[in-house]
Amino acid sequence: MSQPFRIAAGGRIERDRTLSFTFDGRALTGCAGDTLASALLANGVHLVGRSFKYHRPRGIYSAGPEEPNAMVALGPTDTHTPNLRATEIELFDGLQAHSQNRWPSLARDVRAVVDRAAPLVPAGFYYKTFMWPADRWMTYEKHIRHAAGLGLASTGVDAAATYDRRFAHCDVLVVGGGAAGLTAALTAARAGARVIVADERPTWGGSLTAAPTTLDGADSRLWIASTLAELTERDNVTLLPRASVFGRYDQDLYGIAVRRPDGSPNDAAPRETLWLVRTQRAVVAAGAIERPLVFANNDRPGVMLAGAAQAYLNRYAVMPGRRAVIATNNDSAYAAARDLQAAGVDIAAIVDARVEPARITIDGVRHIPGSAVVAARGHSRVTGAAVAHLGSDGKSLDGAVEIIDCDLICASGGWSPTVHLYSHAGGKLRYDSDIAALVPRDELATLSVVGAAAGQFVLDRCFAAGAAAGRQAVAACGYGATVIDVPVCDGQAATPPRPLWHLPLARGHKGKRFVDLQADVTVDDVELAAREGYRSVEHLKRYTTLGMGTDQGKTSNINGLAILAETLNDPIDAVGTTTFRPPYTPVTLGTFAGRETGKHFAPIRRTPLHDRHEQAGAVFAPAGLWLRPHYYPRGGVDVQTASRREATAVRRSVGLVDVSTLGRIDIQGTDAAELLNRLYVNGWSTLAIGRVRYGLMLREDGMVSDDGTTARLAADHYIMTTTTANAGAVMTHIEHYLQLVWPDLDVRVASITDQWAVIAVAGPNSRATLQRVAGDIDFTNESLPFMGLAQGTFAGVPATVFRISFSGELAYEVAVPADYGPAVWDALMAAGESFDITPYGTEALGILRVEKGHFVIGAEADGRATADDLGLGRMQSTKKDFVGRRSLGRPALTAPNRKQLVGLRPVDAAAAIPAGAQIVEKPSLIGPVEMIGHVTSTAFSPEREGFIALAMIANGRARVGDQVFASSPLTDTLVQMTITNHVFIDPNGERLRA
Amino acid sequence: MLLIPCPWCGPRAQIEFTYGGDADVRRPKDAMAATGAAWHDYVYLRDNPRGSHDEIWQHSAGCRRWLRLTRDTLTHAIIDSAPPTKEPPS
Repeated sequence: MSQPFRIAAGGRIERDRTLSFTFDGRALTGCAGDTLASALLANGVHLVGRSFKYHRPRGIYSAGPEEPNAMVALGPTDTHTPNLRATEIELFDGLQAHSQNRWPSLARDVRAVVDRAAPLVPAGFYYKTFMWPADRWMTYEKHIRHAAGLGLASTGVDAAATYDRRFAHCDVLVVGGGAAGLTAALTAARAGARVIVADERPTWGGSLTAAPTTLDGADSRLWIASTLAELTERDNVTLLPRASVFGRYDQDLYGIAVRRPDGSPNDAAPRETLWLVRTQRAVVAAGAIERPLVFANNDRPGVMLAGAAQAYLNRYAVMPGRRAVIATNNDSAYAAARDLQAAGVDIAAIVDARVEPARITIDGVRHIPGSAVVAARGHSRVTGAAVAHLGSDGKSLDGAVEIIDCDLICASGGWSPTVHLYSHAGGKLRYDSDIAALVPRDELATLSVVGAAAGQFVLDRCFAAGAAAGRQAVAACGYGATVIDVPVCDGQAATPPRPLWHLPLARGHKGKRFVDLQADVTVDDVELAAREGYRSVEHLKRYTTLGMGTDQGKTSNINGLAILAETLNDPIDAVGTTTFRPPYTPVTLGTFAGRETGKHFAPIRRTPLHDRHEQAGAVFAPAGLWLRPHYYPRGGVDVQTASRREATAVRRSVGLVDVSTLGRIDIQGTDAAELLNRLYVNGWSTLAIGRVRYGLMLREDGMVSDDGTTARLAADHYIMTTTTANAGAVMTHIEHYLQLVWPDLDVRVASITDQWAVIAVAGPNSRATLQRVAGDIDFTNESLPFMGLAQGTFAGVPATVFRISFSGELAYEVAVPADYGPAVWDALMAAGESFDITPYGTEALGILRVEKGHFVIGAEADGRATADDLGLGRMQSTKKDFVGRRSLGRPALTAPNRKQLVGLRPVDAAAAIPAGAQIVEKPSLIGPVEMIGHVTSTAFSPEREGFIALAMIANGRARVGDQVFASSPLTDTLVQMTITNHVFIDPNGERLRA
Repeated sequence: MLLIPCPWCGPRAQIEFTYGGDADVRRPKDAMAATGAAWHDYVYLRDNPRGSHDEIWQHSAGCRRWLRLTRDTLTHAIIDSAPPTKEPPS
């Protein structure tokens, strides 16, 4: 085993399972049970990244999710996941990781020059320097973004990686599987409650696994094992290891990102699953995060949290250095020193800011009380620690600076309870000066915080609090009381810490003192911000970016706000803290997307005739959720060629198009006509049974919202059609008015879109085609005139035929129950064979309707057009109220110079019309030019043998014959146009009445 | 995501519902007789209260019924869920 810093015994790794991995292409080995961080340390690799702003060399700082430095890209370059914390990545065989934010290599990073230029780039530098002239920011920003950054998003798609989502419900959610959490879970489980226990680590036990602990006189592993055995056995308990509870949302909904067990990207299981858990009660036992000490060059590789060094030793049997200086202001680092010493690390000194002795003493180690490490020596690795005696105010130094050689500085600035979920739930914090930390201030109704997360650092009280919280939670859920024996263990309190938010610089020493390692924020930055007037902690955060990294300042938060408080001479409570928001740990976007990616992003609706279109070789285009035939490229021709052929077939002979996607709403009841009167601008009382009418709907603000035909089948029975895109919205609109505004109307509505297959048959030969199909419907003009309907048997099936036309040709719509659609399609194709009957798609449909001058919702009727703007003002009844009518009298809706629907033809008959062009009077592409309108739809008209367009132009109807310009600066085109009537073919409607 | 109690279907996830706005916005009964100010109020003006708010929601992916939900806009607590009132608009 070539891992020089691996200790011969101990740890919770599987030492006989060697795993191979690479870091920046370098082949290394580790053991099963390692994290990437512990495996790197076992190989003596400390330099793992470059910092965000100054590109300083950075090492592994922690052993958990709080890691500010050791972020890597995991996986092959084109499909990697960036910004993952090496401290959380479980090692697997074949793992590939790369360091980030360095070029050309980690060891030689050219942008590290920024570090030496640092006095030139203080907090706010970019705001102050690059904002003028204002229009240059876009130019600067590219370069700044490139220089300052974390990992890069991958460009490829990892097809093998899947993500998933599931919903779960429970009585008690326990967050954290350490001493307090497992005790709470066991208490709740024994009462019979449905319990979910989540912990972000792969193994259970929390801080119990970071240090050798005695419970009931035995190794704590026994207690953990027996507790887990019982929880595993119980049907009412779900254990979620590798599960980060990243957010608490409204009504006790918790978001949990659960990673795949083995960490191997080749496994078929989802890489990560988003659990959305709704619970009655939550017990948060999320532990605490150790704080850095803020001394000069406290970011050098080899400076590490003391608790992390202890965890690397006890969990992974890794020595993070050979010779260590322990820098602390509290007792916990002594336990780390004790364990490191026992493992063979040379403890050069314990430098304690306190004068009073710690409760733990370690024999044979030099103890330097009342002092602090004030600087780290070394560049890409620590080579020594500068130690000096602290003045009584903690802000000055007295005496000489001593340099102690070492390759590891274990720092502990105290512990910050993990209060994030409590804060998500709206809980407020208070400053507890006994432990120098922010702790939950109030009891919340459905969430309790216990153990170290509540600032309780004495082990036996963590067990007791866990049991109490478990009992309280199940009682609230209606379960009976349970008894649980908590283990006998250490119950002695530590010597209180000495608050030490940052250390003074020794005389003649330089060096940055980092408050926030990930965002590269120093003490000087915080003090500068305060001097410049950023006195609110929220402003400080945004000005300096303190706490704005992906780690959300887990290690920097309280140091930063305490320094601000010192600078302002305010108590910490008065300064307050920024608001913690989800997610607690970064969650990859894939986890939120789940399976809803690619073609699963949205459901696909296929019409009953979809197979027929496929057989005909259709190219499909999405229309909302629907797939509709765009065109049929017979012989592989392009869309222009195919759609012109299809449109020509409709004008000269006969074509057919699938219109099953139009919304269809069945309306029945004695007040059905009254409902239509109120929904549409035009009147419905006079519509005879067996007739069809075109209707126009407005919103209450008077703008056109939808249109379509409605047929009267019987005295109290109508079928309304809507546009494809608005089918759902119109249904909701009707339900809203029926249920809330006019509940007295006797009428019922139902969406029947999916129940029908509807085929439009259009063209001069459409009647002849229909007559060739067997059935009992009389298609003569006398029996079935324009805007009439007939019901009967058609191609052997029950059918309703509507004589309506969108193309402007003689046309019919044949509606049959959905399952009969393909058979009727086949019958029509056979009947029209001698006419060369031609299926047409939405592209040809578009040509035909532009030729006929029909507006469509979304293009001409874009939510800003009134019926009058669209040339349909006279449709609006003056004899009744309807939705939107009251708005029509508002001055803006009748103002002169409103944009009106007109047609356009290029003066040069061969010219194309740029889609989306603005209409201008002046032939200039250079602004400012007054825009008097815009092109809404363009088409090449086979009928007119040239390009035509519809446009909305100010006062356009009065300007027919005028010449204007269609201007498209984006494509550098300017085309002279003549304003025309919007109807390009058969303006008198003779064809459709033929 | 809220858990919304539908008066007809019971508690359901928010994704099944569509928000419809202030429940106390009423269309003037005789719209054509409404003053310009009253109509403008109805079409455009909405209060944005801090605290309790009566809203309409449609159980659009469920029973399709509109319901009246009383919700605290500050805490997001759901205070009451009921069928829409049947009283005719004033």
